[in-house]
Order: sequence, then C-alpha cells, then structure tokens
Amino acid sequence: MSQYILLRHREIPDLNKLEVYRQYDGFQAFYKSVTSMKPDEVTEVVKASGLRGRGGAGFPTGMKWAFVDKKNWPHYVVANADESEPGTFKDREIMELNPFQFLEGVALTAFAVQANLAYIYLRGEFWQIAHQLEQRIAEMHSAGFLGENLFGSNYSLRIHTHLGAGAYICGEETAMLESLEGKLGQPRLRPPFPPSFGLFGKPTVVNNVETLTNVPLIIDKGAEWYRQFGTEKSPGTKVFSLSGRVNRPGNYELPLGTTFRELIFEHGQGISDDRPVKAIMAAGASSSLIVATQEALDTPMDYESVPSLGASLGSASVIVVDDTVSIPWLINKTIHFFKHESCGKCTPCREGTFWMMHLTERIAEGSAGWEDVELLRDVANQMKGKCLCALGEFSIEAVLSGIERFRNDFEQATSSPAMTDIQQTAEVGS
Amino acid sequence: MGKLVTLTIDGKQVTVPEGTLIVDAAKKIGIDIPVFCYHPKMEPVGMCRMCLVEIGRPVLDRASGQVVLEEDGSPKIMLSPKLETACTTPVSEGMVVIGDSVKVKDGREDILEFLLTSHPLDCPVCDKGGECPLQNLTMGFGPGESRYIYDEKMHLAKHVPLGELIFLDRERCIQCARCVRFQSEVVDEPVIGFYQRGRSLEIVTFSEPGFDSYFSGNTTDICPVGALTTADFRFGARPWELNSAASICSQCPVGCNITFNIRREARSGGQWVIKRVMPRQNEAVNEIWICDKGRFTYHYTESPERLTQPLIRKNGELTPASWDEALELVASRFRVAGDSLMTLVSGRLSNEDLFNLRQLTQGLGGHSVLYTDLAGGDLVAQVGVGPGTNFAEMGAGSAILVVASDLLEEAPIWWLRVKQAAERGATLIVLNPRPTRLDSYARHVVRYPYGSEAAAVLAMVNTLSAKRPNLPEVVNNLGRSPELQAAARAFADADNAIVLYGGEGTGLETSQALAQACANLLITTNHVQGPNNGLVGVWQRANDQGAWDMGFRPVPDLAEAMRAARAVYVVGADPAGDDPRLAETGDFLVVQELFLTGTAKLADVVLPAQAYTEREGTYTTGERRVQRFYPAMPERPASKADFAIAAQIAELLSINLEGRIPSKLMARIAESVPDYAGLSYSKLAEVSEQWPIVGRGDLYYGGTTYENSQGLGVQLIPAAQRGAVLPLGWPELPEVQIPKLGLLAVPVTRLYDRGQTVLPSKLLHQRILQPYLAIHPEDARRLRIPDGATVELSYRNTTSLVAIRFDERVPAGVILVPRSMGVPINSPQPAELRLVERVAA
Repeated sequence: MSQYILLRHREIPDLNKLEVYRQYDGFQAFYKSVTSMKPDEVTEVVKASGLRGRGGAGFPTGMKWAFVDKKNWPHYVVANADESEPGTFKDREIMELNPFQFLEGVALTAFAVQANLAYIYLRGEFWQIAHQLEQRIAEMHSAGFLGENLFGSNYSLRIHTHLGAGAYICGEETAMLESLEGKLGQPRLRPPFPPSFGLFGKPTVVNNVETLTNVPLIIDKGAEWYRQFGTEKSPGTKVFSLSGRVNRPGNYELPLGTTFRELIFEHGQGISDDRPVKAIMAAGASSSLIVATQEALDTPMDYESVPSLGASLGSASVIVVDDTVSIPWLINKTIHFFKHESCGKCTPCREGTFWMMHLTERIAEGSAGWEDVELLRDVANQMKGKCLCALGEFSIEAVLSGIERFRNDFEQATSSPAMTDIQQTAEVGS
Repeated sequence: MGKLVTLTIDGKQVTVPEGTLIVDAAKKIGIDIPVFCYHPKMEPVGMCRMCLVEIGRPVLDRASGQVVLEEDGSPKIMLSPKLETACTTPVSEGMVVIGDSVKVKDGREDILEFLLTSHPLDCPVCDKGGECPLQNLTMGFGPGESRYIYDEKMHLAKHVPLGELIFLDRERCIQCARCVRFQSEVVDEPVIGFYQRGRSLEIVTFSEPGFDSYFSGNTTDICPVGALTTADFRFGARPWELNSAASICSQCPVGCNITFNIRREARSGGQWVIKRVMPRQNEAVNEIWICDKGRFTYHYTESPERLTQPLIRKNGELTPASWDEALELVASRFRVAGDSLMTLVSGRLSNEDLFNLRQLTQGLGGHSVLYTDLAGGDLVAQVGVGPGTNFAEMGAGSAILVVASDLLEEAPIWWLRVKQAAERGATLIVLNPRPTRLDSYARHVVRYPYGSEAAAVLAMVNTLSAKRPNLPEVVNNLGRSPELQAAARAFADADNAIVLYGGEGTGLETSQALAQACANLLITTNHVQGPNNGLVGVWQRANDQGAWDMGFRPVPDLAEAMRAARAVYVVGADPAGDDPRLAETGDFLVVQELFLTGTAKLADVVLPAQAYTEREGTYTTGERRVQRFYPAMPERPASKADFAIAAQIAELLSINLEGRIPSKLMARIAESVPDYAGLSYSKLAEVSEQWPIVGRGDLYYGGTTYENSQGLGVQLIPAAQRGAVLPLGWPELPEVQIPKLGLLAVPVTRLYDRGQTVLPSKLLHQRILQPYLAIHPEDARRLRIPDGATVELSYRNTTSLVAIRFDERVPAGVILVPRSMGVPINSPQPAELRLVERVAA
C-alpha cells in the first residue's frame, strides 16, 4: 500500500506531467463518473468516505455538495487556493507537483454538483502556479478532459484561474466569492451559505485544494478504501505543514489521528538545539496556544481530539514553539498579522485588532504593566462572539490562551520596565 | 401581505409580517435597538455590530415537530449562545428577543468603546454634533471613560474632497458603508466605494468630477457621524442654533418636501440666513431623499441682486418709487388696457398667486397666459393620477411609460422612484429619440425621430385597437416596430399604469399632440381609474400644473400676443431674457420679479416680489398633489407676496381679492376651482404615520432627514375619476421633420442649467456647463466642424454663437439645444450651423 494519497509525486517522478499522471490511472475516476455514474452517486461516495474539509473547518464535504440548491441554476465550483494561513504551505506543493490530481478533483466536484464552470482562486503570490495551472488546464482541454460534451456525454466543463490581490480575508469563502465577482474582498453575512447563495448569487461549492485532491482516489478506489486511513470520525490522510523550531520543517502527509509527538519528533526530527517544546500552534496564526505537556504531545491530531486541548486542528499548520520564544512576543506577531489583514467590515475586528496590536506591542517591548495585560484580555473578550466572520474570532485565540496558559511570560514581560532581550528578539524577528 | 408572525421583544408582544427584521419589529412597538450600518431603505449588512441582542427560539421536539412546553405550559425557549444582529435576523414565530439584559448592554458598550477608539474627539467642532447618532448612542449606551491611550489613535486626513460638493473626514468615518450602499443600491451610481482594508478603509470616489451624482447630498444625511458633510453647510453653523421651517422644493414638478434651516448670524450682518436645505419625509413624494439641485440652489433667494423697491420708468430710466405710486400707475394703465391686458405667468408662482392674478385679469376681461412650452396640463387635470398614487407601491403588475423625457435631468427624484419601481418588477417602457440613463432599467425601449413622439404613442394605441382608417404614414411606420407592439401590449396588460411625458425635443404644438396621444393610450387601456393610473406631466417648473388648474393657458404665438396687448403684466417669468424675440410688447409693461431680469429692464414698472421662502403658499406637483410651504425667512421690508400685489392692484380697480391671509385665499380657491373643492390649509397640514419612522428623536434611523409634522399634502381627484366625460380625441399631428438639408434643432433639459434660480449658487458652478449644442460627430464632420468649435446656430430670425460638443447618442440630423443655457429655443426648429471659430479640440 502506498504511503501517499495526496503527495503522490513524492513517489512518482514527473507526476505533474499529463502523460505520467495518466499512466497512474489519472482521470479514470472522472471518466468513470461522467460516463457511468449519476452526479448524486459521486456525492454519495464522497459522503460515505467521511471526507472532511481540509481548509480548516472540517465540514463534511459530501454533505456540503448535497446542500447545493437544485432549484437554482447554474451552479459553480470554486477551489480555494488562497492558502494564506501563516504556517500553511501544503496546497502550494500539491498544485505545483501533483496538479492534475487536484484538477481532476475540481472536475469531479463540478460534475457531482453539475457545475459547468469552476474557478480556482489563488492568492496573488501564486501567480506562477496560476500560470502553470493554466497550461495544465489547456493540456486537459487538448486531451478531452475539459470542454464541451466530455467523453461523448452532454456534460461540459471549463476551469478558470483567478488571482487574488493579496488579502488574507479572501481565504474566507464568502469574501473570496465577493473578490471573484470583482468586488472588495469582504465576507458576506451567513446564512445564506454558498451552496444556496454563492458566486453571482448562484449555488456554489467552495472547497480547499487539499480537500479536492482527495476526491479522485476516493471515487477511483471507493469510500471503504479511503476509510482505512485516519480515524472513524476523521478518515483519510492530512498534509501537516510543520514549521517553527523543529529540525526538519516541511509537509508531512500522515493519517489523521497521528500524534503531535510523532509529527514533531519522528518526522520533524525534534527541536532545534534539543530545546524543550513550549507550545504548539496547530492551526497557524488562528490557533490557541497548546501547552506542550506530555499528554498534549500524545494527543492524536484529528478533528475530535485536538479540541480536548482547548484548540482546533484547523488547516493543520503546526507551528512549534520552544522555550526560547517569549509568548508576548509571539502574540504580538500574530496580532500584527491580524491587524494587517482585518478587512475592516465589522467594528470589533477592525478596531479590536488595532487596539490589541498597540497593547501587545507595548507588552512585548516591556513597556507595559500588568493592567495592560488585563486590558488586552478584556479587549479580546470584548471581540469574542461579536465578529462578522471567523477572522476576528480567531484573532483572539492566541491572545486569550496565551495569557491564560503562559501567565508567567506575561508577568515577566510586565515586571521590569525594560526587557531588552525580548525587545531585541522582537527586532530580530520583525 | 404574507403570513403574520408573533414574537416577544423585551416582554412586549408584537405581530408583524413574515420576513420583517427584528430591528424593525422592535421599532413598531417603540423599542429602539441601536444601529449604525442598518438603514431601513437599504439591505441589511450587519457590519457595525451595534444592534446585537439575545435571541431565544422555541425548542421543537425532534420527533413530533411540536413546541416543547415548560412545566407551567409556556413554550420552552432556547437562547442562542452568542449575541445576534437584530438588523439581519428576520422574525420567527414564538421568538423571544432580549434587548435589555446585562449581556446585551455590555455588548453595546463594547461596540461603542471599539468605535470610539478610532473616533476623534472633535464633537465641539463637528458639523454633526447635536444630531449625531454616534454621540447619542454613546450617551445612551457608551462607556463613561476611555481605556484607549490617546497617543495611539490613528490620525487621518480631515478634509478630503470627494468632489467639490461633499467632503470626507476620514477620522470620523466609522465604515458603516451607508453612503457607499446608498450610491450603489438606491441610486445605482456606484461612484464612491471603499479602498484599502481594516483601519485604513477609506471612502474614495471613482468619478470625474468627484462624486458625480445628482443625489450625493443624501449621503450626508444618512451618514451616522460627521464624516460626510456638504461644502455648503460644513463649518457653517451648529445644528442646535438652527430654526426650521417646512417647505417644498421649487425646482421641479416632483415637489420634494424639504425643511429650511435658518439662523440669524453676526457674519451676515445680523440677518437671518438659510444655512441648509434638508429633506423632509413624504413617502409618497420624495421618501427621505432630495436631489442636489434642490439642496444647493436656495442661494438665489438671498442674492444681493434681489430687487429692493418698486421702480418706475421716468425719462427712459427705471427709478425708485413708492409702492403707492407704482400700484396706482399700474392700476390706472390696466384700467385703460381693459380686455387688452395680458397677464403672463409661470409655474414658479404659487396657487394663491396664480388664483389672484387670474381673478384680477378676468375682472378686466384680460387674457391669462401661461409661460411654458409644454402643453397638456388640462388633460392631466382630466386623466391625471389620482389619490393614493405612489411610485413606491408600483412593482410587478404595474407599468410605467416614460415618453419624451430625459427623466434624470428633468426630475431626478422621479427618475429614482421610477427606476426603483422597475427594479421591483414594474414594466418600464421608455420612448425617447435618443438613449437616456433610464433605458437600462426598461423592459421596452422604443426610438422615434424627434417630432414624432405623439405618433409613437398613437402607434401604441393603434396596436391595441386598430380601428382608425387613414392613419398618418408616420404612425403606420412606427407601428410596425415589434418592440413598440410588445410595449403597447405590456402597457395594456398591466394592472395599473402611469404615463410620464416630458420636454425632450418637444414644443408647445408637439407636446399638445403628445399629451392627447398619451391620454388616448390611458383611456384605451382603461388606466384612468384608481391609484397609480393616469397621466403625469414632467413640467419645467414646480407649479406648472397649478397654473393650468388655476386657468392659465399657453398661447401658440406668444410674441404676437405680447405685441398685440395694450398692457402686459409679466409675473415670475423672463420671456425677453430667454428669447430676444419676446422683447416687444404693447404700450405698457409691468414686471413683478425677484431680480432685474432682461424683461424687467424693458419694463415701465417693476414690482419687487417676495421669494417663496419668505411667505406662505401651495404648489401642485406633477402628480397633482397640493402641498403647503411655510414662511422660512422674515419678509424683506420693501417686497410683497405676488398674491398680495395682485390683490392691491385689484383693490384699486374695485375687484375684491384676498390679499392678506393665504389660508383665506385657499378657501376662495376651494370655492371657485372645482378640482380644489374641499381643500383647506388645515387639510393640507394633516399627517399620518409613515414608515420608516424618522425624525429628531430617532435620528439614527433615517439620518438627519426631517420628520413630517407639517403636512403630507392632498392629491386631487382627476375629472375622469369624478365621472367626467373622457377627453378622447384624435390629435392633429404637427409636421416636424428632420430637414433633408440642414438640421433640426431640438430643446432638451439639463438639470443644472444657467437659469436665474440656479446660477446664484456658486457652489454648483463647476457642474453647470457653459452654453453648448450637442451634435453627432458624423454630422459635424460633414459640416467640417471640429469638437469644441464655436458655431453660429440660426433658425427663423435668431442667431446664437455657442460652443459645439460631440455626442454619439444624438441622432443624425439633430442638434440638441439645452434649455436655459444661453440659446433661445422653445420648440423643434429647422436650423443651420456655421463654423465661426475653430478651437483646438
């Protein structure tokens, strides 16, 4: 049995060439679906596989497809390739090195919901990938995998790429749709959700690149085959983007349910300079800080177990923090990010991230008192539950968990008027 | 109306239609849920998060679907864990909304604290101070002190012009997007938008000139802070220093309800001055909007050029005289003239003025003439729209035909409301010789050659009832258009239908035929009974309809009529100023005016009238709604109201008229003019509840729009709805054709013209075009005239020197001549163009 479902290019050289991809049964699933399956049957297989969205929320993929309103046409599929969560770099590898499997996933999804048009929304920095994808889409056209009346059926499909303009918020699905429509990238009110009111107001499926890349093998080999990986409620494998103070950062495709310990110490080959692990951010900047106890390290990384640590798996961008890192410094970094990326649509996020930035800056610099830490916690709590979208809600995760779980660091940061070492760290890091 | 839903808000039960938002349901029972971004005229966006409330919903048993009950028999309610936005959440059966819990109050305080972290502390110098929702809500719900370090505030530009009319203070903006949404959702002119993101989010304009919209001023009303201000009012006064007076806009026949804000100020030498014009709510007329022309053109009333005393011509010179001397001279000359007196009035005058002037003229057996080039007011009185007519209630099932009108330029608020009716599903039919902005909302667009507007409408009639033999060729030709036929059928099939006809390319003769053709269409399709059926004239002046109703009529050859009359009494019009051919009059010319106009300069006696802001009166709108305006400014010592002057002249001629008390004058009108029977000032002052609720105590809802407590006016009942004989007649079709050689010059209307009531407002000067003619580039090329060149336009015996502009939307063989823009024109005319001076284009 092969090790990989998603990063198959690591075993198969030149998998990003169409002929190689076809040698390894490429487009068989799509051909089979279009010629011998009903669209709903494709959805049923994906439902049965238990595949959950890999973009962060972990929503069951097949269920999302089934929600698409069949009374309202046309339908659209949008691949979320905005990959912008700090610490996440999995979609890039997939699109660069295993692009046809991803594109076949897009095609299968489009067939399942009977969309004749699919868009790939890429972050602006991925212009080169967009260029490559365009070429591959053209190759698929020439080979008869895209275009009109595919395989002699009456199903037609076109895929377009679209580059974002550099906003993190456009990874949020409704902001992405706004941006794709040519508008300012700001999230919409939900409900209605995209499967009923999506792109140009039409039913739309938005799925992450990694999610879509799972689909061809699920259709090809079946739901049962897929379920042998991972756990009961989180089947399949996941690409974990490991970064931070580890010896061997990188993407690791492992079954869901693999422990933090295995990822960090086996695959990541431990911590730089053999320092102790202090904290783990499992979902990039949007993470709560997990205190790296032995128990935490032995926790399986799946959608059910990580919440028991007061955190979430998110897009599984695991950032490892060792004891050289001051948590106030770390939080200052994340808040700078959120302040920079807040779209400004809703008041709590726009104003709250701005305010928190000033507070974390002063705390990290060592020029703040404990009352500022309390104010920071107040401000974060004031934002909680009031934001329009998840960006604002996630921006406070690291702050609140940091203050609660690493109180010492904050006490230290606020105890002496000038903490020059931390200040230096801050400057080096910035 | 759909299903009704009952819910409880803060312990009070309320039943509202399904789909109502919580925030509106609360408003209906007097509970104010604070909002910033929500506006009842726009789609909810839930951005500002100010309206957060706790919402509980009845628990349903999964198996049975029945409501689970508590032990005491009341339904079991589950509160949602998070606060929810009341502005985006529709009501549902059994819902429990809690807006007064500690959690909700804390939530509001939290949001306000956030907003204030980036808001400057400049309330003491802010134009919105005193009528500011942010200020009010901070007082109501905000934190008492700031936890934010002042030095960490973001400082941004405070005087950003979004064009020369509207200024943005970036620091004050709370990013609620009301202005941006107004321009895109309500007006569909998305000329402003957001740039950047987060705290750097900035309102920018995309148009040239900046904020290029006739509706831009409304954004300053609905702005919930002092971020958007008009160049007219900013730094002009504090809201609490202002007195207010209800009035009606006098710039077009829509009759927008407005409020004048005035104060007495040192910098104006201790005089009372108008500081601003604000919309006043009338949901059946202008809702809560006004156009920029209405907002910014009041300055003419306080122009230093106003006449200050009567003038009498002595030894060839106009010299100051006393009122007694002037009136006696006028009366004696009128007595001599007798039935050779001609009184020429315009629709700038009120019904009271017009009534008295008509009585005076009739008393002498003279001739009452209306100065206009748009006919048909008599037909409107017969088959016009009746009580209950409201564009806001037109949608699917309704039809609106707009013929010969560039509605956006002629009556912007009607354009807005007709467009919105079309967006709600009304069938909009546009018949016009050239493309206009209304076309994009129309289901049917039909073109006809200039001069054939009546023929086009008759072709519609003929499609529906082809019974008439010997149809004129032009009607037959237009009738072959499948689009016209489809439009005719759609119009006939509508449950209710309105026709608006205007002054696009028309003159007196052609518009007379057009109005009759429109009346025929309405009668043929049985659209002359009930609300939202009938004919509307898009007049050039506010009270043209009232002038028709008071008995004034245009004459076919005004120049000849003026020459023939022994005495001419011109009130509120400037014929000689508009057209030099109208400068010749009989023996004696009296001009009653605000300014020393071109006509006044020729007069034997000039009588200074009061501006309408200085007195009371009524106007009748194009929708035949009689509306009251109230005195806003103190009287100017030497001037008198037009009705009073007429009454005083009458008194000297032993004709008894009411010249003192306008309400008594209205009683006389009600007695003598059948259509106005039953009207009284108190009836015109009646109000009923309007939705949305706006006004002073509630200003965060509708911005600074004034609530209407002074009268919604009364819509007259057209004769057809009182059982009169329907005026069905086949009109004479005038012969207007584009000449084979040469060109056809046609009058068109621009909103910002160079008229006497517009030019004194310097603020608008950048938007008022220099005199020009528009021509298709192909025609110009044929005549070897480059764009921007100075040309000589000649027709009949007039010539004008004017600049030419290329416009590809102008049909071939036609020159567009904007009215009141320096080139006299009152009807389509064969004309010649000659290049005078080539200007580098």
